[in-house]
Parts: sequence; C-alpha cells; structure tokens
Amino acid sequence: MNSFTFTQAAAVDAAVREKASHDGAAYIGGGTNLVDLMKENVARPTHLIGLKKLGLDTIENTPDGGLRLGALATNADTAYHPEVISRYPLLNQAILAGASPQLRNMATDAGNLMQRTRCYYFYDLATPCNKREPGTGCSAIGGYNRVCGILGTSDSCIATHPSDMCVALAALDTIVRVSGPNGERTIKFEDFHRLPGNHPERDNTLEPGELITGLDLPKKGFSENFSYLKLRDRSSYAFALVSVAAALELDGNTIKDARLALGGVAHKPWRDQAAEAMLVGQPATADTFRRVAAKVLENAKGYGENTFKIELAKRAIVRALKQATEMKEAVDTNAFLNSNP
Amino acid sequence: MTLQTDYIGKPTNRVDGPAKVTGGAKYAAEYNVPNMLYGYVVSSPIAKGKITKIDAAPVLALAGVQQVFSHENVPHYAFFDRSYQDEIAPGGSPFRPLYDAEIKFSLQPVALVVADTFELARYAASVLYIEYEEVAHETKLSQHIDDAYEPGTGKTGYQPPKSRGNFGKGWKEGVAHVEAQFSHHAQHHNPMENFATTVEWLGDKYLNIYDKTQGAFNSQLLVTKIFGLSKEQARVVSKYTGGGFGSGLRPQYQLLLAVMASLELERSVRVSLTREQMFSFGHRPETMQHVALAAAADGSLTGINHFAVAETSQFEDFTENVVGWSGMLYDCKNVALGYRLAKLDVYTPLDMRAPGAASGSIALEIAMDEMAYAAGLDPLEFRIRNYSDRDQAQDLPYSSKALRKCYHEGAAKFGWEKRTAEPGSMRDGNLLVGWGMGGGVWDATTKPATVRASLDADGHLTVSSGTNEIGTGTYTIMTQIAAESMGLPIEAVTFVLGDTELPESPLQGGSWTAASVGNSVVEACAALGEKLLKQAQKMDSLAFKDVKIEDVQFANGQMRLRSDSTKAMVLRDVVQASGEGKIEAQNAKEKSKLAALKPPKYSMHAHNAVFVEVKVDPDLMTVHVTRVVNAVAAGRILNPKTARSQVLGSVVWGLGMALMEESVMDHRFGRYMNHSLAEYHVPVNADIHDIDVIFVNEEDDKVNPLGIKGIGEVGMLGVAGAVANAIYHATGKRVRDMPITVDKLL
Ligand SMILES: Cc1cc2nc3c(=O)[nH]c(=O)nc-3n(C[C@H](O)[C@H](O)[C@H](O)COP(=O)(O)OP(=O)(O)OC[C@H]3O[C@@H](n4cnc5c(N)ncnc54)[C@H](O)[C@@H]3O)c2cc1C
Ligand code: SF4
Repeated sequence: MNSFTFTQAAAVDAAVREKASHDGAAYIGGGTNLVDLMKENVARPTHLIGLKKLGLDTIENTPDGGLRLGALATNADTAYHPEVISRYPLLNQAILAGASPQLRNMATDAGNLMQRTRCYYFYDLATPCNKREPGTGCSAIGGYNRVCGILGTSDSCIATHPSDMCVALAALDTIVRVSGPNGERTIKFEDFHRLPGNHPERDNTLEPGELITGLDLPKKGFSENFSYLKLRDRSSYAFALVSVAAALELDGNTIKDARLALGGVAHKPWRDQAAEAMLVGQPATADTFRRVAAKVLENAKGYGENTFKIELAKRAIVRALKQATEMKEAVDTNAFLNSNP
Repeated sequence: MTLQTDYIGKPTNRVDGPAKVTGGAKYAAEYNVPNMLYGYVVSSPIAKGKITKIDAAPVLALAGVQQVFSHENVPHYAFFDRSYQDEIAPGGSPFRPLYDAEIKFSLQPVALVVADTFELARYAASVLYIEYEEVAHETKLSQHIDDAYEPGTGKTGYQPPKSRGNFGKGWKEGVAHVEAQFSHHAQHHNPMENFATTVEWLGDKYLNIYDKTQGAFNSQLLVTKIFGLSKEQARVVSKYTGGGFGSGLRPQYQLLLAVMASLELERSVRVSLTREQMFSFGHRPETMQHVALAAAADGSLTGINHFAVAETSQFEDFTENVVGWSGMLYDCKNVALGYRLAKLDVYTPLDMRAPGAASGSIALEIAMDEMAYAAGLDPLEFRIRNYSDRDQAQDLPYSSKALRKCYHEGAAKFGWEKRTAEPGSMRDGNLLVGWGMGGGVWDATTKPATVRASLDADGHLTVSSGTNEIGTGTYTIMTQIAAESMGLPIEAVTFVLGDTELPESPLQGGSWTAASVGNSVVEACAALGEKLLKQAQKMDSLAFKDVKIEDVQFANGQMRLRSDSTKAMVLRDVVQASGEGKIEAQNAKEKSKLAALKPPKYSMHAHNAVFVEVKVDPDLMTVHVTRVVNAVAAGRILNPKTARSQVLGSVVWGLGMALMEESVMDHRFGRYMNHSLAEYHVPVNADIHDIDVIFVNEEDDKVNPLGIKGIGEVGMLGVAGAVANAIYHATGKRVRDMPITVDKLL
C-alpha cells in the first residue's frame, strides 16, 4: 500500500472538483473493497475523497411512487429499510445474501455497484491479468476459473461482477444517478456495467470523475412474487457461483410480467429481456421455466473449471421461478430450508 | 489412579477466558517494545529459478527505511544443515531464508525490508525491484506418481507402514471386492493469528523473542543453533497462540528473519506475515490413494491394501502416517500397505490436525462403506464384524479400547437403526436424506515433560512448565490437575507456560500435551507434597512425626492424616514456618524419559465413531450437514467442556475437508491462488448445525497414571469419509475426490 492523502468532501460538486484536480484520486465509500485492493497493491490511489459527509445516505420516496436510495446509504440500512422490505423484498433478499453483517454495515450502495471482480488473478500481482494490467493476458482462461463467467465473456477477460445487490437492481429496472465534471445524468442499470470486450479494465460506463449520487427504484417492485436464489460453496460469506433474481406478475397461473437476472455468470449482472418476453403470457409451470432456462444459457460458454455453472444456472433459474410463483414460505436465499415443493 | 475429583473431570470454564475476551491476552505481534523497527517480507512471484538482480538503492533512499536484507547482504550465520534442523525437521536440507539466489517455491521469502513504521516497510517492499530467471517447475502430483519413492525414517516418530500376511491370497479368498482411487488437495492450517515474531533487543546480543509457535523451546533451539547464541541470549516467550493446528510445530521463517534483523541492526524488530504469506509454508500435503478391500461371505475382511503417494518439497522428506491406520482399525490377516513421496517445487508440508490419519481415513472409511454395500451389510454392522481386539500392526494388546461403546452409544443417539440401506431411499419432504458413518484411531502419546510447583506463604500455588496454549485449554486443565493434586481451590492456583525460562516441555502437538504435562503436574505436586511434609515434620507437630507421604492427604488448603482428618496443618503455615517465602519442587524428567524408552507392552490409542446426516437438494445438489454424532473413546476426560470444544472443532474441520477446504494450485504458476480467507473456504456458522459429542467411559490404568489419551485430533477422524458416505446414501453418487463441491454432484 502506498501513502495517500485524504479529504472528507462536504458537497457533491466539491467532491467532483477535488477528483478532477488530483491525479490518482479515488472516491471512497465504506472502503470494504477499495482498502483491500490497496493492501494488495491492485489499486494505488494517491488521494482519497471521503463521501460520508455528502448527506447522500438517505432513503426516500420519489414523487412518481418509486424509492431513491442515497449512494452512501449502507447495504444494511438499505436492506432493512421498511420501504425496501415491504415494496422491494427482492432487493432486501439479494443484499442479505451477500457478504456478512459486518461488511454490509460498512458497505455503501454506490460502492456495491463499483466493487471489482473477485477473480483470483486480478488480486495477485504475480500473475498476468488484462483487467488489472491491460495487455498482459488473461490467466483465468486455461487456469483456475471456477469463479469466472460463462456469458458475455471475451478472449481478453472472463471475470464476473460479484455483486448480489446489483442482480436485484438490474431486475428491478433501477436508474443510476451520477454527477460529474459535465453535470448530472442518469444511466439505465442495464447500461451501467459493461461486458469485457477488448477493454476489461473498464467495469462500467461511468466517465472519469463521475460520482454516483443515488439509485432510483421505479414504482413496480414485484413484492408479490419474487425470489433471490444464491448458490455458493458455503452458506454465508462466499460469493455466488450462480445467483438468480426472479420476479413475476401473475394473473392466476398466467405470467403477465416477468424479470429475470443472473449473478456470478458474467461481467455484469446478466438480465435477459428476451427470456422475460418468453415468459409473458405463458403458464407458470416447470415446463415453461425449463424452456426459458435453456434459452438464457443458449450461448453460454464454459472454460473448464466453471463449465458446471451452465447446468447449475439452468437449474437455479427453474427453481427461482418456481419459488417466485409459489411463494410458499419466506424464500430462503440458500435454496436449502425452502427447497421442499 | 483413583481421584477424589473436585476438579478433574468437571466442566470448568477457561481460566484464560477473561484475558482473551478483554484483550489482555497478548499475542506475538502485540508486544510493543520501545524503539522497535518493522520488517516486511517480500515474497517470490515465481516457483522456481533464481534471483538475478535486486536494486535496493531506490528503496534505501526512502527516509525511514533502515535496511533491505536479501541473500546479497545477509551473513551466512551457519553452514551445516543440522544447524537449520529444528526438533521435528524431517530428513533433508531445511530451507534457509535469504541464504542464496535460488528460488525453490512460490511465495518464497526473497527480501526483508526494515523500516521505522510498518506502513513504510510494507510500501517499500511493494516497490523493491527484483529480477528473476525462471526455470520450469513441477507441482502436479499426478505427473509424479511413477517417480515417487519410499522415504526414510528421518522424521521423528515416523515408521514406514508394515504389511502382513499375503494380500494377494486374501484378495482371492474374498467373495466381495472393492477397489478405488481417492484424492484431496493440499490444505493450509490458516489459524486466525498470522505468524509473527517480535524481537526485543536487550543489548549485547541478548534477545527476548516473542514468537508465534507451538513450542517455545523449538524456536529457541533453532535460533541458538543458527545464530550461535546461548540459551540465555535467546529467551523465547509465547504465552498465547491464536490457533496452531500444527502450523506452529516448526518455527517459521519470520522468526529467523526477525532475529537476523535484530542482530544485524542491534535494534528491536517485529516481522509479521500477511494472510497470503500464510500460504508460503507447511501445509497438509496433497495425496493420491488407492484402496482395495476383499471380504468373505460373512463380511469378514480377507484383505486390505492401502497405498498412498504424497507430495513433499525438493529439499525435505515430509512423512506422515497415512496408511498405517488401515492395518490397525479393522481385523484382517492380509494387509498390504505402501506409502511414497513425490518431490515437487513446493515448500515442505507440515503436520496438520490429525496428520496422515485425516487424509488416510477418508479413503479407508469410504472404501469400507463401499464394501458394506458390496457385501450387503449395514456399514455399522460390517465394522463391528471386523472389530480388532488386538493391535495386529504392532502385535500388542490395547491398553484399553472402548470403540465398541462408541459404535453403540453413537448409533443409539443418532438413531442409526432407522436407516434404510438403499441410496436415495430416505427423504425429508423433497430433500434427499443421507446417513453415513466412519471412524478412526489415533495415537495416545505421553512424552517426558518437566513441571515446577511452588507454594507461597499466602497459600497460592504456582505451577509452571514451558508448554504452549494453542487454544486447546492447556492453562485450564493444568490448573485443574494442580488444584486437585494439592487440594486447593482453583482460584488459589496459577499455571504459567510459554517461556523458555520455565521447566522444559515438549512441543504442543500430537494430542500429547494433556497426558505429558498433566501427568508431570501430578508428579511435581507429589514432590512438593513430600517437601511440605518434611517441613511440617521439622515443626513441633507430633501428629506428623513419623508419618509417610502415603498417609497424608491434601485437601481444603491443608495437609492432613488420612487416618484422622482432624490432624491437619494449614499449608500456608507450613510455608511460613520454613522462612523461605515459598516451597517448591520439580518432577524428575529423567524418570519419565527412561519410561519413554522402554519397549511398549501395550498399544495405546484413542478411537472414535462418527455418524453424519446430510440433506441434499435433488435438483441443485446443494449439501447441508444437518446432524453429526461423534462418539469418542479417549481415556479420562479432564474437562468435558474444553474437551467437547476440541471435538466440536474437529468435526467442523472434518466437514470443511469434506465439502469446501482446498488450496487451489495453478500449475502454470506453481502457485496457490486462493490465498485469502475470502476464497480459502472453511465452514462458517451457517454451515454448522447439530453436533453431538459423546465421551464414552474408558478407564485405562496403563496408558499413564492419569489415564489420559488426548483429544485434540481423534475427533476429526472419519468425519470427512462419513460425509462422503452420507452423500452417497442420499444421492447414489460416490465422490472420492475431496472436497465434494457442487460441481462434482451435478
Ligand atoms: C470477504 C468479502 C465478502 C464479500 N461477499 C460479498 C457477497 O457475497 N456479495 C456481494 O454482493 N458483495 C460481497 N462483498 C463485497 C461488498 O459488497 C463490497 O465490498 C461493498 O459493497 C463495497 O462497498 P464500499 O462502500 O465498501 O465500497 P468501497 O470499497 O469504498 O469502494 C469500492 C469502489 O467504489 C468506488 N466508489 C465508492 N463510492 C462511490 C461513488 N459514490 N461514486 C463512484 N464511485 C464510488 C470507489 O472508488 C471504489 O473504487 C464482499 C466483500 C468482502 C470483503
Ligand atoms: S478473467 Fe479478467 S480479471 Fe480474471 S485474469 Fe482474466 S483478465 Fe484478469
């Protein structure tokens, strides 16, 4: 870790100016990812801009019936907010499936979007990695890629975005609000994270210096039929091998509207709108779900150690849609306590 | 030995508990000695080759950086291998940190940057320029099976496995046969406390060395040999160890680097390792195993063949007993055992909780389950039919063996009789239910140890020995034994450990500390009792005049006649009358040493039987271990509370080994890649459900006077195998490659 200076920014425009005026500056939220990366010498910022005094930690209803999550609201405060619990339970579940209580208490919502991949090679300076050092090569291809992606990968990077929260945010059509040197703008969640292509060093479409200020959830929260299913190597404190956010609007047994997004499989939360369209108008049956699952994974590509994810993802999609349909008990993100039919 | 048991055998809270939860317990990296420097280790990015260039100048130019040590400037303190051999070094040539340009394994320490602050040392280490010349490395065990060789007996205690009878004949006699290959990855101990050493420079090469270790004397031995210091110059202190599991049995390189830097700079120095660097030294070696079993129509085993190949480094032959247990646990005339090592470009492996047995018992216990199915017998019934009443490997009777009770009491508690044999036949709603079992055997070892007991004029007893507390409860059980022996309330007793200025004790490992130090505490207290009696007899008390020690009893802070308890003297008064301020005594090490040299008349072992329930989601193939019953026969249980914790921990370790724990090597780099606690998975609370621990009654007057067998490792045996067997019972899928992650079940 190199030495660095630190300022606590007092206002959004001041933070943005501060960033523009320092080479090698970085924003810091809860620090649960950035500080680790600094310790590993993966990130070497020379100046940190603290955001906790920006007053962006509130969660408020919006005039159009949605909910605005302040960028600096913690993952824990967001998950346990009464409006989130009652209107966006899918988001509540996704957040609580991630990390550990201690981490969620520190981690901020913007930081969660911005967290970097957990690909082993990205963290180890002794190995080549295009995301860390463009042009050096991708060690995960042909290496230990159990945690890597199967959808939307490229020859230069097969890393995944590791977030759980973002899978739910993608499914819920969230809007990301940002402020930058050129003023404010909004980004559709689908367009926020990007696929690796030839530039895996870029995780998202944020422009240099831009600051996330909030996340807008639209009115529709799918609070009746939803499921966040996370499959992992142990029951807590492990990233998803595969996760599924499923949300349905049902008319009897017929699907009127559907949302489907996957985590742990791609460089971004993998929302599949074609699959959602396939669900609409169909009966909510295992048969429908299986066809949709096959469709979602149609173009999936395994890299050896992670090839099992293709089959696992299919089964997870079927299960998550089934759980969302039946809503028998409080859905358990572990697929365990509630896997009785 | 019959005991009155005011304390022994009673559940007793940890006497060091308050210190631990209030931060009063100090670990090696927490001794803030004045004027200290900080050393940060630079680790090799390559697995094999040599260092061709180190450019330290820019780093040395940073204000506050004191020195950059590497093979270029570290003096060769010692030349011969034997100087680098610690007490349990296996045969070979131990690794010498910063000795030459050669790289022998990935993450090898290549430089030590010493600076005024930790942060500066860490930064300077990250920018130190080093050039390497890489050569091809070999890290894949599977590619070196053919050049594996039979190791010598260089490692203390290691005996090559002994075959008996004629396996070929036994194989032919059998009507049911099982033959299979098993494997598991390397594992790293990963105790919570990272390795660290704080060296306090006292002047004139006198050092106080605060080390993370499982044996202060072993650290001292190595330091004195390499650096040519006297024992007085190299005092090693280790009051608390934040988990060991075997990782602290051999001194790690940060000790040598910290001592070297201190001697060179004539300053106090601390060197602590990072979590990543915790993957740079000893580990449970990867093994590949082959087991073949044959059984007659009545289910009796006619042949056992167990062969294992394990990794070791290029420079030392690390050996452990992987297959020997297979010649002991079950009754069989024809046993063929083999054990070989393959040299790889890795660091030398190291004992890790139940070394050898944990790995070997997976293969044996899965194969036993397969054979039970092949023979059409219940797995428990099959084991009972092959019960071994005599140790056939050593051809000795057991000093005691209550494994049968483990089988019966464990099965009863678990409800084993309700098991239906057919895989997939048991369900809980939609979930597949599987019940599996296993078990094992572990050495009950007693080693020579010395203990001092000292009673002061306030009636407070201080008992001391240079043993170690690795979290097992040593402070507590020794306090219990001493309180019991001297008839004092537990509050009037303090046990002191972890210092080379105390009477010498063996390394804390092998589950032998309770027996070795515990029995020595009894001896030291007996010696103290005799001195107290002598002093009493000098006083004008007629009652004790011609009394022998056998006629005296210690209770309630008094010494009294067994024949007439009203004839008593208060111990405090006896000490006061001596005018010395204290009366102290030490047990005779020579006596216990001699005893240890005699050929054994009995086979002394602890046993266990473990029953596991898993529930498996039939579509997603996620596995949860919902219930475990572990029945243990380990002689006298000194403290059911701390002993239970040991077995609970062992079960958790077994579940980890079965389901998630592995150090993943990328062979292209010869490097473990999941070197963090986020990615090196061990079970979390949410993975652990009901664990029931049973200590079956086992009295043993032969193993040692207290009848103790040790409890730190036996509880782990058979657990991983039992999980694999339960998964088979649930799903019909036989997985023989640990850990059983979801991809292997899909
Ligand atoms: C051991 C471990 C396990 C974990 N397990 C999970 C898991 O299972 N599921 C899961 O979803 N997550 C998991 N996490 C990740 C955790 O959710 C993230 O670390 C956390 O959300 C990051 O938030 P933060 O506020 O701490 O970000 P920081 O570490 O402060 O920042 C992360 C990045 O975001 C940038 N940033 C921060 N705020 C802003 C802003 N307002 N605008 C623009 N950029 C910003 C920073 O510059 C930095 O690059 C785990 C983390 C750890 C350490
Ligand atoms: S997958 Fe991406 S992050 Fe991982 S090694 Fe390849 S380039 Fe780096």
